Amino acid sequence: MNDSKACSQLDPESGEATENGTTAAAPGPVVEFRNVTIGFNGPPVLKDISFSVAPGETRILLGPAGVGKSVLLKLANGLLQPERGSVRLFGETISGMREEQMFALRTRTGMVFQESALFDSLTVRDNVAYQLIQEGVAEARVDRRVRKALCFVGLEQTFSLYPASLSGGMRRRVAIARALIHKPEFLLYDSPTGGLDPVTCNTIIELIVKERDVYKAPSILVTHRLQDAFTLCTHRFDEEANGMVPLPKGQTDPNTTFLMLDEGRLIFDGSLHELLKSENPFVREFLE
Amino acid sequence: MRYSVQRAARSIDAPAKHMAIDKLEQSAKELVLTVQEYSLFAYRAVTNLFRPPVYWPDFLLQADIIGVGSLSIVVLAGISTGGVLALQSAATLTAFGATAVTGQFVSLTMIRELGPVLTGVMVSGRNASSMASELGSMVVTEQIDAMRALGVDPVRKLVTPRIFSCTFMLLFLTIVADACGIAGGGAVTVFMNHQNGTQYFSMAWEHLRYPDILQGLVKPLFFGYILSSIGCFYGMRTSGGTEGVGKSTIQAVVSASVIIIFVDFFITQVMLSLFPAP
Repeated sequence: MNDSKACSQLDPESGEATENGTTAAAPGPVVEFRNVTIGFNGPPVLKDISFSVAPGETRILLGPAGVGKSVLLKLANGLLQPERGSVRLFGETISGMREEQMFALRTRTGMVFQESALFDSLTVRDNVAYQLIQEGVAEARVDRRVRKALCFVGLEQTFSLYPASLSGGMRRRVAIARALIHKPEFLLYDSPTGGLDPVTCNTIIELIVKERDVYKAPSILVTHRLQDAFTLCTHRFDEEANGMVPLPKGQTDPNTTFLMLDEGRLIFDGSLHELLKSENPFVREFLE
Repeated sequence: MRYSVQRAARSIDAPAKHMAIDKLEQSAKELVLTVQEYSLFAYRAVTNLFRPPVYWPDFLLQADIIGVGSLSIVVLAGISTGGVLALQSAATLTAFGATAVTGQFVSLTMIRELGPVLTGVMVSGRNASSMASELGSMVVTEQIDAMRALGVDPVRKLVTPRIFSCTFMLLFLTIVADACGIAGGGAVTVFMNHQNGTQYFSMAWEHLRYPDILQGLVKPLFFGYILSSIGCFYGMRTSGGTEGVGKSTIQAVVSASVIIIFVDFFITQVMLSLFPAP
C-alpha cells in the first residue's frame, strides 16, 4: 500500500460533491428488498428476501458458496430482475424498470465483481477511467483522476499496463479503483478477497474500511471469509496514520451489520453481537 | 409369453412417445423464443443509431477490423472464384463455339451472385465467429455485466457499431470481390485459355445492366446485417463458460452462413421479378 498522504483522498478536487450531476441519495434506505424471489427456470435461488441498507451502513452478506450471494448483489443494482417482490434503489423501484432507464441509476453505484471483470483489451488507465471516458471528460482530467484512484489502491505503477499482466490481487484492487473513481453513493463488493493470499486480503479489507470511514458510502459486501467480516467490524480507518487501526476492545463499528443466507433464505439480519449470540443452528455451525 | 412381451413393449413405447413429443415441443418453443429474442435484439441494435449516445469512434474501429481485416481473404477468394468460373465455363462454351461470352458469364455470375454470397460467407466465417467469441468471452467473464454496472449499454457500445460497420464494409468488400473475380477470370482466359483479353473485358462490360449491379449491391447490405447481428446475438446470449463460447461461435457461423444462402434466394427472386431479364 502506498502510505502517501495524498493517496488517502480519492479525489481531492474541490467542487465535486456529486459526480455526473445527479442528486444525492434520497432520505430513507439506499436499497430495499421486499419479498424478493428469483429462480433461473428452476427452483428459486433466493426466496422471500427482505432487508434494507440505510445511508452510511455497511451490510456484510455471509453464507456458504452457491447460496445466492452474488445473485442478491446483482439484484441490488438491477443486473438481474426478481421473479417476485420488489427492489428499490435510491428510492426508485428498479424491479420491472426498463434496462435503458436503469443506466443513469447505475452510474451512482459502484460494483466490484468476484473475478474483477476488467476489460482485457483496455489498459489499467482505460479500465479505471471507463465511466469518465464514456462521459467525455477531458483527457488531462481523466489521467489525473485515474492516478489518484490508483494511488488510493496503491497501484500507481500499473497505469499503462494491461490486466493480463497483473496478479489476482492487483486486478481486484484495480476493480476497486474503477468502482470508486466516480465517487459512488452505494457500493457492492462481490467476494473482494476470494482466492487471495492473507496479505492481499488485508490490503483489500483496509481499502474497504477506508472507503467506509472516509467517504461514508453505504455498501453490501459479500464474503464467506469470517475473518474479513470481523476485521471490518472491529477496525476503523485512521486518516492521520493513513491505515486501519483496531477499535477499543469490545467495541464494534455500529454501522456495520450482518446478513446471512442459507438455502436461498435470509436467516439472519443483525449486528456482530447478535450474530455471535444467535441460536440458529446454521449460524452456529457457520461460525464454528 | 408373447403377450407379456408385447405389453411390456407397449408400456415402454408410450413414455418414449411422450418423451419424443415433449422434446419436440420444447425444441419448437426454444426456436420461437430464439427468433423473438433475436428480433428484439436486432431492433434495439438498429434503433440505437438514432438516439444518443452514439459511439462513433467504435464504428471506425470496427470498420477497420471488419473491412480492412477481411480484405486479403476477399481478394484471394474473388480471384480464385473468377478464375475457376473461366476455367469451368471454357470447356462447355467451346463445345457451343461460344467462348466469346466467357467475360459476360464471369462478370454477371460474380456481380449478381457469387461476389455477394461468397463475400458474405467468407466474412461470416471470419467476423461472425470473432464477434460471437469476443462478446461471448466478455459475457462469461462478467465484463458485459461490469459494463452495465458502470452505466454503459453494451448493445449500444458493442453491438450497434459492429452491425453498422459490417453492413457498410461488406458493400465495399463485395465490390472488391467482384472486381477481383472479373480480373481473375480475365487472367485465366488470357493466360490459360489463350483467348482474347479485349474481347473478354468488352463482353464483361457491355452486357452488364444497371439492375445487375443493383442486385449485386443490395445483397451485401442484407448479408452484412445478417452476419453481424447473428454473430453479436449468439455472443451476447452465451452461457456455460468457455465451452459455451465455443458453442456460440459455431452456432453463429452456421446460422449466419445458412441464412445468407437462404435469404439470397429470396432477394434474387424479388430482384428478378422487379427487373426481369430482357
